[in-house]
Amino acid sequence: EKTKDNFFSKLGKAMIGKSKVDEEVLDELEEILITSDVGVETTLKIIKRIEERVSVDKYMNASELDRILKEEIAKLLSENNAQDVKSYFTATSAKPYVIMVVGVNGVGKTTTIGKLASQFHKAGNKVVLGAADTFRAAAVDQLILWGNRVGVPVISHGMNTDPASVAYDAVREGVARNADVVIIDTAGRLHTKVNLMNELSKIKKVMQKVIPDAPHEILLVLDGSTGQNAFIQAKEFTRATEVNALAITKLDGTAKGGVVIGISDQFKIPVKYIGVGEKVEDLQIFNRQTFVESLFKRK
Amino acid sequence: MFENLSTTLDRAFKTLKGQGRITDINVAATVKEIRKALVDADVNYKVAKTVTDKIRDEAMGRKVLIAVEPGQLLVKIVHEELTQLMGGRLQDINVKGEPAVVLIAGLQGSGKTTFSGKLANYLKKQNRNVLLAACDIYRPAAIDQLKVLGQQVGVDVYAEPENKNAVQIARNAIQFAKANNKKVVIVDTAGRLAVDEQMMREIEEVKKAVQPTETLFVVDSMTGQDAVNTAKTFNDRLNFDGVVLTKLDGDTRGGAALSIRSVVDKPIKFISTGEKMEAIDLFYPERMASRILGMGDVLSLVEKA
Ligand SMILES: Nc1nc2c(ncn2[C@@H]2O[C@H](COP(=O)(O)OP(=O)(O)OP(=O)(O)O)[C@@H](O)[C@H]2O)c(=O)[nH]1
Ligand SMILES: Nc1nc2c(ncn2[C@@H]2O[C@H](COP(=O)(O)OP(=O)(O)OP(=O)(O)O)[C@@H](O)[C@H]2O)c(=O)[nH]1
Ligand SMILES: [Mg+2]
Ligand SMILES: [Mg+2]
Repeated sequence: EKTKDNFFSKLGKAMIGKSKVDEEVLDELEEILITSDVGVETTLKIIKRIEERVSVDKYMNASELDRILKEEIAKLLSENNAQDVKSYFTATSAKPYVIMVVGVNGVGKTTTIGKLASQFHKAGNKVVLGAADTFRAAAVDQLILWGNRVGVPVISHGMNTDPASVAYDAVREGVARNADVVIIDTAGRLHTKVNLMNELSKIKKVMQKVIPDAPHEILLVLDGSTGQNAFIQAKEFTRATEVNALAITKLDGTAKGGVVIGISDQFKIPVKYIGVGEKVEDLQIFNRQTFVESLFKRK
Repeated sequence: MFENLSTTLDRAFKTLKGQGRITDINVAATVKEIRKALVDADVNYKVAKTVTDKIRDEAMGRKVLIAVEPGQLLVKIVHEELTQLMGGRLQDINVKGEPAVVLIAGLQGSGKTTFSGKLANYLKKQNRNVLLAACDIYRPAAIDQLKVLGQQVGVDVYAEPENKNAVQIARNAIQFAKANNKKVVIVDTAGRLAVDEQMMREIEEVKKAVQPTETLFVVDSMTGQDAVNTAKTFNDRLNFDGVVLTKLDGDTRGGAALSIRSVVDKPIKFISTGEKMEAIDLFYPERMASRILGMGDVLSLVEKA
């Protein structure tokens, strides 16, 4: 488990020499949450809840704060969201199940696709990838290398071609080859770029000519080390297209992952996967209980 | 979220004025608002604390309390403080040497390879004979990516696709540059996490091997609170000369810029504002201060104050 134990160890420090949860401890708790990128709104919400519990259970002490914080975070994570995802396919599995992967530049879309393809493939599914990032230098080559690594075919028209027609062909190939899942890579785009955001709708519509309810999953990838802009990305991508799953990457680096808490609190879309490294096996299905436990685990 | 600070402060002061006299307590409350705005802009929590303490002292010293327009004066003070904290003035890159070597380092996906291409283009336009060196041996198609960019800007790329030793490739690239009359070598490296000991050791060794005239740390301007730790670790290991802030073409406030500057005390030298090879600019601290405060039009406001 690489998502580090910072909450616990920092909390420990905050409570040294304290016998009860007072203003000072709450201030430090606030600092811990903010510096983990939980976000101001969610942090204040958590603090308020702890405050309320302190005022009820007057004699709450250090060891209890730990437990109560854990409970509150777990509760927070479950309030807004649907159930944890149990498997890589969603219950209503269509065939082929079409996933379109979107997000801003450099967050880890292509890498996540490689890892996902590997998981599906290993579970015995037939996978087809579509190289619809035809813009970023060598993006197609990158996906093809992932395809080779995993042993799944990549449909591509080369660089600087129309991404929508790549997506169309990939889905058609998926049907023709009787595939179980088709994953479409798209170019990174900042949510402020209107033309590029509109392009996503076009890609989507074209796929629907082959399969009317495709894509079944629109996976938004967020970089776990992103700060407050992650919330805006989630909001804007959701507004532009029907994002119904989130992946949060690079959680091996930040030693924090607080952004997962904030995002889960502020959005109804479930966090489905977390990325914890660059290797093919470094992808996990997100499980909120395990995640909360990992935040508080001692070394 | 992302509310304009001047609006917030104006509102705050209006309520304060409604209460009759402005007091120390009122200033403290307003300073707290400023702190919240900074943290919302991803300025590191501790840095925001230090900065706002300074701002409070300055505000008291300059008698904000009895100013005609306290809100505007305070905004002006904040703006001045942030500008100063970010280095005050513009700093260019050092490309003296035979050849000069620029080493590019940073986290995964921060924009190193793209920036390498842009910098090559920028220096080429100054009539320098530039070489790009492809030293990312890990990421799939990293070499191809740099080659495509090199071709776009008309700069040669040194690569050894079969070699799995980044240090060796880097060293060979410098030899190649010397033999071929190249004046600047830009060394693109793999993305790495500050906590990845093995990879941090690799970049140290690359640095030792190429003896760069300039080491640049590339950071995504959307980075959150952890930016300070990352910057600090990279600086401890590499003692870099400057920072490159990327992806500023979006709507991020870019508070990481201020945090990094405060923590490592190294200048931000370039900003990256798009995916195209021309989207590179020098860094202007004052503009960045305005951006962090979320006030595109604040300068006119400041001039009035
Ligand atoms: N440490 C770490 N690195 C990751 C993770 N996921 C992706 N990366 C790295 O992040 C960098 C960018 O990943 P890509 O998959 O190319 O990102 P992308 O979103 O497809 O990028 P664009 O297509 O350029 O927008 C690469 O160096 C990846 O190896 C992760 O979970 N942890
Ligand atoms: N919008 C925008 N995108 C950028 C900017 N700089 C780089 N990018 C994009 O960000 C993504 C990652 O850029 P790269 O140059 O591949 O990043 P890197 O640091 O070399 O990545 P690794 O080698 O995987 O660590 C690509 O999609 C780039 O096109 C920028 O200033 N603005
Ligand atoms: Mg990609
Ligand atoms: Mg690169």
